[in-house]
Amino acid sequence: MNTNTTSGCAFLRFLSRSILFVGVSVSIYFAIVFAILCGSSLAQSGGELRFCLRSEPKTFDPMLVDDDASLSIRYLTGGVLLRADRKTQELEPELAESWKVSKDGKQITFKLRDGMTFSDGTPFSSDDVAFTIRRLMDPALHSSTGDAFRSGSGDVTTKILGPDQVAIIFPAPIAGLDHLFDQVAIMSAHSPKKEAAVLGPFMVTAYKAGSSVLLSRNPNYWKRDSQGQRLPYLDSIRLDIQSNRDVEMLRFKRGELDLMNTIDSDYFDRLAASSPGLAHDAGASLDSDFMWFNQVANAPIPEYKRVWFRSTNFRRAISQAINRDDLSRVVFNGHAQPAAGPVSPANKFWFNSKLKAEPYHPDEALHRLQADGFHLKNETLLDRSGNPVEFSIVTNAGGKPRERMAVMIQEDLGKLGIKVNVVTLDFPSLIERISQKFNYEAAILGFRNVEIDPNGQMNIWLSSAENHAWNPQQKSPGTPWEAEIDRLMRVQASSADPKKRKESFDRVQEIVAEQAPFIYLVNPNALSAVSAAVAGANPVILSPQTFWNAERLTVNSAMRASR
Amino acid sequence: MNTARKLAYGVVLAVCAASLAANWLAPAGYAKQFREVPGAPPSPQHFLGTDEIGRDRFARILYGTRISLLLAPAAALISTLLAALVGGLAAYVGGVWLRLARGFTDLFLSLPWLFLLITVRALMPLNVSPLMSVFITFLILGLLGWAASARVLSSSADALRNSDFVLQARASGLHGSRLFLIHVLPNLKPVLYAQFWISIPVFILAEANLGVLGLGVAEPLPSWGSLLRELEGLISFREEPWRLVPLLLLIVVMTSFQLLLSNEEVTA
Repeated sequence: MNTNTTSGCAFLRFLSRSILFVGVSVSIYFAIVFAILCGSSLAQSGGELRFCLRSEPKTFDPMLVDDDASLSIRYLTGGVLLRADRKTQELEPELAESWKVSKDGKQITFKLRDGMTFSDGTPFSSDDVAFTIRRLMDPALHSSTGDAFRSGSGDVTTKILGPDQVAIIFPAPIAGLDHLFDQVAIMSAHSPKKEAAVLGPFMVTAYKAGSSVLLSRNPNYWKRDSQGQRLPYLDSIRLDIQSNRDVEMLRFKRGELDLMNTIDSDYFDRLAASSPGLAHDAGASLDSDFMWFNQVANAPIPEYKRVWFRSTNFRRAISQAINRDDLSRVVFNGHAQPAAGPVSPANKFWFNSKLKAEPYHPDEALHRLQADGFHLKNETLLDRSGNPVEFSIVTNAGGKPRERMAVMIQEDLGKLGIKVNVVTLDFPSLIERISQKFNYEAAILGFRNVEIDPNGQMNIWLSSAENHAWNPQQKSPGTPWEAEIDRLMRVQASSADPKKRKESFDRVQEIVAEQAPFIYLVNPNALSAVSAAVAGANPVILSPQTFWNAERLTVNSAMRASR
Repeated sequence: MNTARKLAYGVVLAVCAASLAANWLAPAGYAKQFREVPGAPPSPQHFLGTDEIGRDRFARILYGTRISLLLAPAAALISTLLAALVGGLAAYVGGVWLRLARGFTDLFLSLPWLFLLITVRALMPLNVSPLMSVFITFLILGLLGWAASARVLSSSADALRNSDFVLQARASGLHGSRLFLIHVLPNLKPVLYAQFWISIPVFILAEANLGVLGLGVAEPLPSWGSLLRELEGLISFREEPWRLVPLLLLIVVMTSFQLLLSNEEVTA
């Protein structure tokens, strides 16, 4: 009996210990699971994102922004009425709940969101929008953002229709008016902090000249995610000022930086080889590299060369003799597309899909040249008067892709008996030659397009414009096709109908392809790098490629430390 | 002649011979683009691989060596002669001429060369053949690079002018060009040699730097300077060690040149 009782007690002790053990184990298990879950939710908010600005920001005033570094800061701190979604390229409401452009394209009316405040707690209202527009259009400020809104003689006026409704009236129609508001960061009319009071997801909290800019989360930012959590997730963004790309690359590799925008193809391939998951190729960008000939009437070049450069057949022949596939493959390691015209295929709405890049046809090029009286003699191409065809191509020194393209074009044209001298110049000398002295023969440069709308290209296509590179500031169009481009650009600029605008600009693209005043070479791809520690990144072709959705990015600091 | 000097002779002769025989040794012309294999590693077809646009790197080194070995010493000769003329002669004459020459040299040293070179390039015609661009580049370097050497030479010549043996020669009735040719010039010779040899790598590197400004040798002609520019952006030597060959060649050739100088010449 005693034995049974003793053994029964032992069994009970064993049972109770087992239950205790299981209970403790389950508790530990749930505690671990809970900790992991908490950890992951904590990772969703917090962390510091780090990347480089490649120059010193020239200003923190959103109205005066004119450089890439200031542009990045304005994008991260400024609240805008409407935002072009960098992925879909569609316009999305931000501070404005809705908007309406009048049929004549002269007025835009915004309905604002309720209950928003600036980062310093100052309430946001239609007063602030009116103040921002008045300041933006102040001629004394010389705002380049404001220049895009200048449509004709007369003042821009604002009409406050209520605390949450405001209308802006322009003296003449502005094409693509609503898209321009993507660049207008709203300032407070009443805050004593002036431009430091912001409506964007981050605010500037520290700036060390020549070293870094620290942006912290705006505690009053209005946006929330689908779970109702207030954005942005990040605590802060540290922007190191670093112009040396090699150092930037090394720091990225070491894990000191989380993002790199617009990297060149050499870096990209090296990174892709060592860390494939970090390199991102978003496809053809909006940028283009192109070549053109000097057609300026009083340029200090021989008259017989001016005759060549003004011949459509000559320009088209040169275009056909350039192997664009090789340029894309060799110079950009395949991270570029042969260019068809002034608009990259990446610009989904405005690209004329009928256009194709000029194929490589040296034989056809020679036929075109022969039609203009050019002929080969001892493997040298001579013009009608017996002058050997020789010209120089200038490009900016230090721009490796352009230098390499120039050398490849030199060899391509050499096959037609054309002698090309490649000259690299420092940028100020180059700009002086091509825009003031016109003392050059041909040039290779590129456009870094940030705007989707063709209105931003008026200063290139109008024959009277300063940037009409091949023959700028003409009093009247020098050729019928330039007159036609002038007309079509004015039609698209004065119309509020997107379809009509598209038809006009499609025709402009066709004329440019037929006449080849610019010989488009390639559209380089948008290449970037994103650290594995960053979650939520989705690099796109539009600027800013990697941090366009900064408010939804998170950084896992532990993962960064382990790199 | 010690072993090191013999070896140096061998290296210089071999490099000179190889560069002169580039037409036969190089597997292709320096400008020929093998576009199917850009940036290729070494292979039996391309001993040192190809550059970014597919040009044979070995061929470019051979032709580039020919250009640099011929023209960098020529530029060094021009600058050393100018330095001897301005620094050496002025110091020998002494007095107001020495002060004037030193002032002129100091002024020359303080000029912002980078901007001056940019201006010079902006004034040059664009349609210059690549070969002519090489001559112009090294000529400019030679004409502008004398000031630092002149400073050294003027100090040395000044010291010589006041030395005991020159004073004794003067006291013995030796004057003018005879005193200069017999007593001063032979004693200045080691300094002149040293300045000449020092100038060669300086000019080669200066030409490489000028390439970034657009003042260097025009494409497609290679030079050591343009070959060294390929090292820009090379983050790790282990990735593509063959790209370091132009740098190694420069170091080896310059070391060999230094070894060819006699000990007395170097240490004088």
